[in-house]
Amino acid sequence: MISYWAVLSARFRALLQYRAAALAGLGTQLFWGLIRVMIFQAFFRSTTAEQPMALDDVLTYVWLGQAFLALLPWNIDSDLRTLIRTGGVGYELLRPVDLYGFWYFRALAWRTAPTLMRGVPLIAFAGIFMGMDAPASWAAAGAFAVAMIGAILLSSAITTLFNITMMWTISGEGVFALVGGGVSILSGMIIPIPLFPEWAQPALNILPFRGVVDTPYRFYLGHVPAADLPLHLAHQLAWVVAIILLGRWLLSRGLRRLVVQGG
Amino acid sequence: MLDTLYLYGRFLSVSVRSQMQYRASFAMLAVGHTITTGLEFVAILVLFDRFGTLVGWSLREVAFIYGVVNISFSFADAMSRGFDMFGAMVKSGDFDRLLTRPRSTALQLAGQELTLRRVGRFAQGLAALVWACFGLDIDWSVIKVGLLLGAVAGGACLFSGLIVLQATLAFWTTETLEIMNTVTYGGVETTQYPMNIYRPWFRGLFTFVVPLACVSYFPSLAIMGVEDPLGSPVWFQYIAPAIGVGFLLVALRVWNFGVRHYMSTGS
Repeated sequence: MISYWAVLSARFRALLQYRAAALAGLGTQLFWGLIRVMIFQAFFRSTTAEQPMALDDVLTYVWLGQAFLALLPWNIDSDLRTLIRTGGVGYELLRPVDLYGFWYFRALAWRTAPTLMRGVPLIAFAGIFMGMDAPASWAAAGAFAVAMIGAILLSSAITTLFNITMMWTISGEGVFALVGGGVSILSGMIIPIPLFPEWAQPALNILPFRGVVDTPYRFYLGHVPAADLPLHLAHQLAWVVAIILLGRWLLSRGLRRLVVQGG
Repeated sequence: MLDTLYLYGRFLSVSVRSQMQYRASFAMLAVGHTITTGLEFVAILVLFDRFGTLVGWSLREVAFIYGVVNISFSFADAMSRGFDMFGAMVKSGDFDRLLTRPRSTALQLAGQELTLRRVGRFAQGLAALVWACFGLDIDWSVIKVGLLLGAVAGGACLFSGLIVLQATLAFWTTETLEIMNTVTYGGVETTQYPMNIYRPWFRGLFTFVVPLACVSYFPSLAIMGVEDPLGSPVWFQYIAPAIGVGFLLVALRVWNFGVRHYMSTGS
């Protein structure tokens, strides 16, 4: 366990160095958030019909999405890609730790560190200037915090799975191109899940991706009562376990036929 | 001039041939790219399914504008690879090699690669545009076809200009900056919806500073025969795409200014 902790904190400290990149990212994300906000405002202006989610809730949802964008498992770790491409992955095999656990914690740091750097200032800014709402209640805030932990675990599991597929594709570009867009729409990052057509809802609710975005945000808004937390947490954790098992199985298959690229 | 175009053609054909060595990989990347960029349109469909209309605009009208923007961007996007790598070239000093050749540096960078898989964005943009045309009652004429082609050409020029400007910054920062993506990718995102839905200052930004509205929104209105809720005159809608060409010319001057002031990092 100590070795996992060491990976986590070392990666964390390395990633926290990129402060200028975080600042640039912050500006970019405010801009994107603003575009999406104006689009949603225009759509809500167009109808008087009751919607499954109020405009204010949608806007807060958009800003939460921008704040926690780095948590979305839509890309692969480029350092790890270089390792696999150059054959450096051989060194990874020499380490006296379980490789899956090692990569999982690596992904955990990679998803969390940028989120901390971008998320906190973005929420502060959006809260003050952009009319982002505070959590609906203390209970909502608590449920949000717990669901966010579930989201982080789930996102890291999915990221690790993508990383492992690089053992077959080497570049990972193909998987990345196909999966990235799918994840962002299925998770609710582009459009909140409640605004999807009714017929699509059951499928979206079963799939793992909403656990990364939609689940915690709706607790935040009080759109899903905090009392439903156990059910949603079970959904997240069931997928975490399933994806970790799948990842472990794939990794062991990948290692059996791994050819270390010379260099 | 002809000689330059010929050389550019040669550059591109070399690039195309090299990518065609990996046909299966190309096919997968192209399909993947069609799907990822097409998801933006899925998002528009979802929103229209929920709300029915966008402050008076129909789905087909939005699809038309969406198609024009995405087709123009796909051209600029396909030739941008050289400029994307430019930051790394400055950092490593590789740019010096380009300076020793008796051709313009912008030409050499643009000819670096024609990224074929970006045909994906083109394909889905074209599909949206054709689908929109079938549903809209457009009174086609030779002039309107010309305007459509002009809008796409003007848009391709404008996006190329933005990419050149983004790379130019690297002369001073030796990094290509993520923040510039707000006007390229962000510009695509913005202008695929009608401009009148945005706040005035934001509209102004994309009309006067980064004149993307001039190559998408305004000409699209003229072609569809829709009156502009913002009140732009029809004659302006017809000449607006020329602004995109002007933008590229200005961007190239800025680029040349950057080249003259370039100091190698050495290596």
